[in-house]
Amino acid sequence: MSITQQNFDNKSKQYWTLLVLGGLVMLGTMYSFFTLEHHGHILTGMNNQIVWGLPHVFAVFLIVAASGVLNVASIGSVFGKKIYKARAPLSGLLAIAMLAGGLAVLVLDLGRPDRLIVAMTHYNFRSIFAWNMIFYNGFFAIVGLYLVTLMSKNLKAYSKPFGLLAFLWRLALTTLTGSIFGFLVARAGYNSALYAPMFIIYSFAYGLAAFIVVQSVMYKWNNIEVDEHILARLKNLLAVFVAASLYFTVVLHLTNLYYAKEWDYEHFILVSGGVYTAMFWIGQILIGGIIPLALIFNPAAKKNPALVFTAALLVVIGGHAQMYVTIIGGQAFPLDLFPGWAQSSTFYDGVIHHYTPSIWEILLGIGGIATAFLITTGAVHILKFLPEDDFKDIDLTEH
Amino acid sequence: MSEQNSNHDAEMDRRDFLKVGAGVAGVTLAPGVLLYGMNAYARPADEPASSKVRWGMLIDTTKCADGCNDCVTACDTENGLSGKTGPQDSQWIRKLHIKNLETGVEHDLPMMCQHCENPPCVDVCPTGASMKRADGIVLVDRHICIGCRYCMMACPYKARSFVHEPLHDQKPDVPRGQGCVESCTFCVQRVDKGETPACVEACDSANHNAMLFGDLKDPNSDIAKAVKTYDSTEVRADLRLNTGVRYQGI
Repeated sequence: MSITQQNFDNKSKQYWTLLVLGGLVMLGTMYSFFTLEHHGHILTGMNNQIVWGLPHVFAVFLIVAASGVLNVASIGSVFGKKIYKARAPLSGLLAIAMLAGGLAVLVLDLGRPDRLIVAMTHYNFRSIFAWNMIFYNGFFAIVGLYLVTLMSKNLKAYSKPFGLLAFLWRLALTTLTGSIFGFLVARAGYNSALYAPMFIIYSFAYGLAAFIVVQSVMYKWNNIEVDEHILARLKNLLAVFVAASLYFTVVLHLTNLYYAKEWDYEHFILVSGGVYTAMFWIGQILIGGIIPLALIFNPAAKKNPALVFTAALLVVIGGHAQMYVTIIGGQAFPLDLFPGWAQSSTFYDGVIHHYTPSIWEILLGIGGIATAFLITTGAVHILKFLPEDDFKDIDLTEH
Repeated sequence: MSEQNSNHDAEMDRRDFLKVGAGVAGVTLAPGVLLYGMNAYARPADEPASSKVRWGMLIDTTKCADGCNDCVTACDTENGLSGKTGPQDSQWIRKLHIKNLETGVEHDLPMMCQHCENPPCVDVCPTGASMKRADGIVLVDRHICIGCRYCMMACPYKARSFVHEPLHDQKPDVPRGQGCVESCTFCVQRVDKGETPACVEACDSANHNAMLFGDLKDPNSDIAKAVKTYDSTEVRADLRLNTGVRYQGI
């Protein structure tokens, strides 16, 4: 048996192992889905106070990161950077896979998932949620066509206009996703126009971080060493996005601190909120922001892909912490029906709401990651998505 | 003279008879007139709700008794709710106790869907399941609610509940469903028959009379006269939702 053949056999075995692993997680997800479908959400930690729980944390992260991961392709096609062009197909694939994963979780968590067709046929155009659905579907179509132009030999000329359309579409999409929270006028934690641009910046960071993680794994898989210059550019761009995310986070909380009516909420998130305060400072700020920046700016990172990989992985973990604080922390703080009055009732008015996710929600949530993983693994196996750089064409001093 | 007196007496008797007769006739007819007045709002099932009507409620917090839960119990009975108060149980109406942090003054009041003119739940609902009838009653269409719970995120009054488990023994005229969102309907099944919501009836039965229900657009209705006469307020008036439920005495 030749060496090449042996490699192929090993690869094939590993590929099927990955598919089985992903499939096992999906089995757990589907088991959770059918159990909840039968018994109702009574089995979950979600309730009439915390109406969106852990599944939404995973889902919104994947959706936000999906639009952000497309940036790599956009920088290549729209702004003509060649090292990003080589990564455009993988970037487009990940965008589709992650969006599919996120949406799968959202759909599986619906109270009436059997009515998905209703959601597809009845639109209330005043609803930002309905606009999100339209833009999600459009995203699949546009990025799908963009991928075709990128990977086909005859249609390459169309990749620039499609890349531009996909870029503008994803900006609109993330604006809408952020506005799901920004438009909630009554809740102290939301109700801010900042959510739209802040989610766009978050998506830049989470998307690029997810891209670096996947690319690192694929290179390792294929025994390819990433070029130092390419690594330097990707890590520096990630640093810019992570720093910008921190900036928006600071601005959001500073503006809230300026308004006396939001002091109680800010005190809850920043000081007294227990798990939410810990998630914010340790998860979102430290693990998702400061440590990755320290790793990236460590001089050793220039030649050490493992450090950059670690930084990117931490940004992904910190992103989940941010979603937990935003989505669940925002609901845990009670609605203030009578500002200036203490309130109490049998319906938990005036008290911090408690939430403990159940195993069913965890299974649903990781199903999103498994969906994205399976789509990516399958597509990478069948088609050529591995970024390959042609160094003759690249001016490595270009920035 | 005596004949004259006698004639006068006869005249008086006749007058008295007519007066008494008119009184008796009035007493006899009044309930009918009253009945007609209540049923004036009843409408046949094949007629759509009219925008000429806007149903509203005025709650006098000074009359709402501390510790009384009759409105909540009546709502549970009328609409087939369990009455349980766990975090995952439906509560369409609840008694809220509030205390002013500066002055220390306290109030008890019922809190439920405020039937806003500009309801955030209707705005955010992706499928249009959350909807407002022409007569101002905010409802959830059980057939197209997908259970996304965005309306629960959007409602400023925490008025909505999600059905977390399978339901049994439902009331035939109050459809509910696992996986759907629900809230106070103003007892639409009663209002359409010309009756008042169950909570209002219970409050009146207990002689508290803290809840007044009626047509805000009818200048002759008790509620329209009351909101014109007394100061009343909307909860979270800053949001400018123009709620159908108003509070007096806060």
